[in-house]
Amino acid sequence: MNDRCILLVEDNADDIELTTMALSAAKIANPLVVARNGVEALDYLFGTGAHDGRDTRDQPVVVLLDIKLPLLSGLDVLRRMRADERTRRTPVVMLTSSTEQTDVTNTYDEGANSYVRKPVDFENFVTAARQLGLYWTVLNEPPEA
Amino acid sequence: MRLLRGLSLRRKLSGIGMLSSLTALVSASIGFLVYDAHTSRADFLRRILTEAEIVGFNSISPLLFDDAEAAAKTLDGLRAEPAVGAAVITRAKGGGPFARYSRDGRPLPDFVTRTPPSSTAVSHVFEGDQLLVSKPIVFEAKPVGALLIQAELVELHERARRYVALGLVILAGSFLLAIAISRIVERTISRPLLRLAEGARSVSSKHDYSVRVPVEDRDEIGDLIATFNEMLERIQSQNADLEEARADLERKVEARTQDLAAANKELEAFSYSVSHDLRAPLRAIDGFSKALLTSYAGQLDEKGQHYLQRVRAGTQRMGQLIDDLLGLARVSRRELIRRSIDVSEIAQKVANELHSRHPGREVKVDVAPGLRAEGDPQLLAIVLENLMGNAWKFTSKREDARISVEGRRDGGRATVFSIRDNGAGFDMQYADKLFGAFQRLHSDSDFEGTGIGLATVQRIVVRHGGRIWAEGEPGKGAVFNFTLESSS
Repeated sequence: MNDRCILLVEDNADDIELTTMALSAAKIANPLVVARNGVEALDYLFGTGAHDGRDTRDQPVVVLLDIKLPLLSGLDVLRRMRADERTRRTPVVMLTSSTEQTDVTNTYDEGANSYVRKPVDFENFVTAARQLGLYWTVLNEPPEA
Repeated sequence: MRLLRGLSLRRKLSGIGMLSSLTALVSASIGFLVYDAHTSRADFLRRILTEAEIVGFNSISPLLFDDAEAAAKTLDGLRAEPAVGAAVITRAKGGGPFARYSRDGRPLPDFVTRTPPSSTAVSHVFEGDQLLVSKPIVFEAKPVGALLIQAELVELHERARRYVALGLVILAGSFLLAIAISRIVERTISRPLLRLAEGARSVSSKHDYSVRVPVEDRDEIGDLIATFNEMLERIQSQNADLEEARADLERKVEARTQDLAAANKELEAFSYSVSHDLRAPLRAIDGFSKALLTSYAGQLDEKGQHYLQRVRAGTQRMGQLIDDLLGLARVSRRELIRRSIDVSEIAQKVANELHSRHPGREVKVDVAPGLRAEGDPQLLAIVLENLMGNAWKFTSKREDARISVEGRRDGGRATVFSIRDNGAGFDMQYADKLFGAFQRLHSDSDFEGTGIGLATVQRIVVRHGGRIWAEGEPGKGAVFNFTLESSS
């Protein structure tokens, strides 16, 4: 078990709460850090702005990244992460409502590790969250920070 | 005029000029020559006859007095006429020549030894290159002798020769003159024609309709050139019109394409928005209802819990509707990739999947082997998934459920595929409602569905250029037929 945090990048308050609920229902114990837009996410990841001084060697075990975000889009965030040495290998799961094929291919092209569609049905959502959490926080071997 | 065939127009015109002037000259010269030969011969004869008359008259007394010397002297008077080669006076009573004359002492020709004609009339004969004249000498109506003159035609021949030579010189001179004149004249005819030909050649080889040939004269050729120019002008203006129309059409197509691209983009943005934004609140409704049901179940009575279940069922159904609508939109937008596809293989895969998804059901699915068509494999898979899925669904209340997938050539380039089942069927009077989006012939409590599947199927078939239609009878089953281009 790894106690590094999970970074959730999501602007929708409902989805934040639901994801939190789903993760806790799925018994994922890792602390959850929420960024409400792309800029906030990058501030957290790179220790700038509101997160000035954060130890950037401590990177999330996984970043759950929505595609549609205000300011910087999920794709922009992903691109910046992949361009930076500190976050180049951080696992990123696109967690989104969109099933547009272009979204899927674009995110994989930019180096996303996974693409998960948020189901409408909450039970399915919990199942997805459980599987996600289990895989990325337990089974997956993240790169050394 | 085979002579002129294959020559250029210029050569033809000069040829015609030269030929006609040559013909005229030659025939005129021959005419003159013949006329001159004739008249000079007549003159010659008259001259010799006159000489004969004079000499004959002067010989009367020497003959009467038998004075041969005087007769010879008289004959010697012929020396003045250089054409006379020889002459003899004979006596009427015969006995050899009475007197003789020959120029330059040449021997007497043999004719003087011949018996002269006894008539009293003068006679003459042209014989070879000599003229023989026989003149009876008559005194008081009695012939006393005869004068025979042999004149040489050298002079006449000489004259004819000179005449011919002169004629040839004149002929040659006038011929050269004729060539020069015909050159000049020909130019006035051939030049505009040559320019016209040049213009026509340039039009046909370079497609340059701006060429104009100058009109030099208001004759037939001038008219021809003017008509040619007019024709070019008309073609040019028609070409300009065509070009204009084409450009206009191109602009329109361009504008339409942009409109279409904009509309497409809008549609894409719309469906993206639907896909992303419409689902988020649904998830919230469903998620928080579920949270209420799990965490606050104790504070809700059975009815309250039931309502919340209904809320969740509603949101889930709406989620399904959104997904299906997006599928329908995606099917319309997607680019068609046509290739030869194994319809039987796809149908068999769909059947296998239906079996594994619903292991509790026993359905006999018959897929005819070797069915092929021309089309987009992924879209065709959607068609078969929907039609076979429907057949599967609507046979769910039968023990002996049967589904078959068949195909047959329709005679033309198309193949008709049929998905047949023995399920719930439908009333043919509602057949036209089958393919409309959200149109359903069965209630949800009987058979679940969003009413978008057949609309999607129809759109795919129509995009492939095919037709789709259905036959059915309530309680007996349904057949869904669609056509696709046969695989070549």
